[in-house]
Amino acid sequence: MKSVLGDRKAIAILLGPALLVYTLFMLVPVVWSFGYTFVRGNALEGFRFAGLANFTRLFSDPDVIEAFGFTLKYAVLMTVGQVVLGYGLALLYTFVLRRSSAIIRTLVFFPVVVPTVAIAILYQKLFQSAPRDGLVNELLVNVGLSGVDWLGSGDTAFLVIVIMDVWRSMGFYGVLIFAGLLDIPEDIIESARIDGARQWSLFRHIVLPLSLPILFSSIIFSINGTIKVFDSVFALTGGGPGNDTTPLTLYMYRTAFAFSDYGYGSTIALLLTIMCLVVTLFIFRSSRRDVTA
Amino acid sequence: MTTTQAENLSQSENLSRPNPFTSTAPTRRSPFSFLRRVPVFLTIAVLLVIEIYPLLWLVMNSLKSSTEFLNTPSWALPQEWRFDNYAVAWETGMLATTIRNSAIATIPSLIMIIIFGVAAGFALEVMVFKGRGGVLLLILAGIMIPAQMVLLPLFTIFFQVRLTGSLWPLIIIYTAHGLPLTIFMMATYFRAIPREVFEASTIDGATILRSFWSIGFPMVRNAILTVALVQFFLIWNDLLIAITFASSRSLNTIQAGLLNFSGEYGATDYGPLFAAICITVGGILVLYLFLNQQIMKGLTAGSVKG
Repeated sequence: MKSVLGDRKAIAILLGPALLVYTLFMLVPVVWSFGYTFVRGNALEGFRFAGLANFTRLFSDPDVIEAFGFTLKYAVLMTVGQVVLGYGLALLYTFVLRRSSAIIRTLVFFPVVVPTVAIAILYQKLFQSAPRDGLVNELLVNVGLSGVDWLGSGDTAFLVIVIMDVWRSMGFYGVLIFAGLLDIPEDIIESARIDGARQWSLFRHIVLPLSLPILFSSIIFSINGTIKVFDSVFALTGGGPGNDTTPLTLYMYRTAFAFSDYGYGSTIALLLTIMCLVVTLFIFRSSRRDVTA
Repeated sequence: MTTTQAENLSQSENLSRPNPFTSTAPTRRSPFSFLRRVPVFLTIAVLLVIEIYPLLWLVMNSLKSSTEFLNTPSWALPQEWRFDNYAVAWETGMLATTIRNSAIATIPSLIMIIIFGVAAGFALEVMVFKGRGGVLLLILAGIMIPAQMVLLPLFTIFFQVRLTGSLWPLIIIYTAHGLPLTIFMMATYFRAIPREVFEASTIDGATILRSFWSIGFPMVRNAILTVALVQFFLIWNDLLIAITFASSRSLNTIQAGLLNFSGEYGATDYGPLFAAICITVGGILVLYLFLNQQIMKGLTAGSVKG
């Protein structure tokens, strides 16, 4: 049996193509990109050695600090928003809607699969202030407030990005956490009910402690996704106004393609990769239980 | 004693329903108990408005002329239904081209991801060889690598071999980028198949390749659909790689094309822009209507990938 399962030729045939493509177009570029951190230039004009200049620049570049700050601010706020609202939805599905939750679950999940650009343009129009007010400003004006130039200043633009991305992804976290809540053994809930736990105390002392693992996984997944944010910001604000809503991913993209500096772009990408690595180590260390199986 | 009986009753009532959380067991039912449901209905109503109204608003405004959009409240129903916005969007937005480009980039990469990924998942989970753990770890590392880290070397490579004017870079990068998650998920699914199945087929005289193709592959058919859906959405909705490697208008995928269309006409041709978004969203909606359960299951299972 060993010899059959250890058939070298079969292993080569099965594993070879995947490993070849993966090595050529993922692993080699990663190492290559690391090499780029020590040079200046780009693919069209050629490269020259720059020593550690990119790294010294990285640590003193106010734009990097700003982009890093934006990424962190976005990741923290989004993680809180996604997990809190997702948990709220999951509780609604499990304890309030119960068997009739399927249709609401399906509806709320839908924006997750819609192309980001479509949603971003929709939100641009919902929050627009010129040449005419969008839906949000119309509502504000109708209740007696004045319209806001939402995408015209950094703080409000940030708010719109967060609102849009939470709207887009809360259904996802709702389903993710819902699947985790279904894993809570029903006899525990039942015996708590027999012991007289109702509503708040049932939630506070039984459901919440038992859902901590899935909440923790959701937080990690959320951070992992949000520090890589690119599409929604790029399509909604393009990083503007100015640099006010530029995450690291977008700053890297601009450095590489608008300013044609591959060396510095790769250095920013390396910073991003290290951030992802730290988060991923958390994922594999803390929770290796499959929440949906 | 009476309380225990009451609880027993509620328990037996509970057994008849599949959901573990159905037992409401209200001990005293007040005549105003329906009032306690009001916040629930309110929550659901608000939720539905928040989720659905923006999409309805989108459809409504896709049927208005630009002057109507500029001069009437945006929540008003269209005065005349301008279905020609859709024709204009289809033409000026070059939707046929972008949909074709997206399909050309997505379908071949999806096929390669599935074939290579399932085979590799099988090899790494079922077969026994030295260095298996190392290879698996190496591939798992690929799940977390952000696309930005491979973007510039790949651009250099494809520029040097003069492939930047085609959709080849997209197909190749999507395949390479989709493999780690696919292999990881497939290895998990193969773990659930008892080893005895493959032992039995070997005793019956099948080679291991034959066992993979005739037994392993069909046994994980549902898992393959799940994984394929995850990868489909990751690729179909990709923006970064599409705008980097297919930036010219004739190579734009749906996402990039929509962005360009919005940049060119978004400030003047509101109706067609909304119509273009409607077409984009509508296509996905059709797929979602048929496969929403598998899609939800797959995407949450693949959540390791941010």
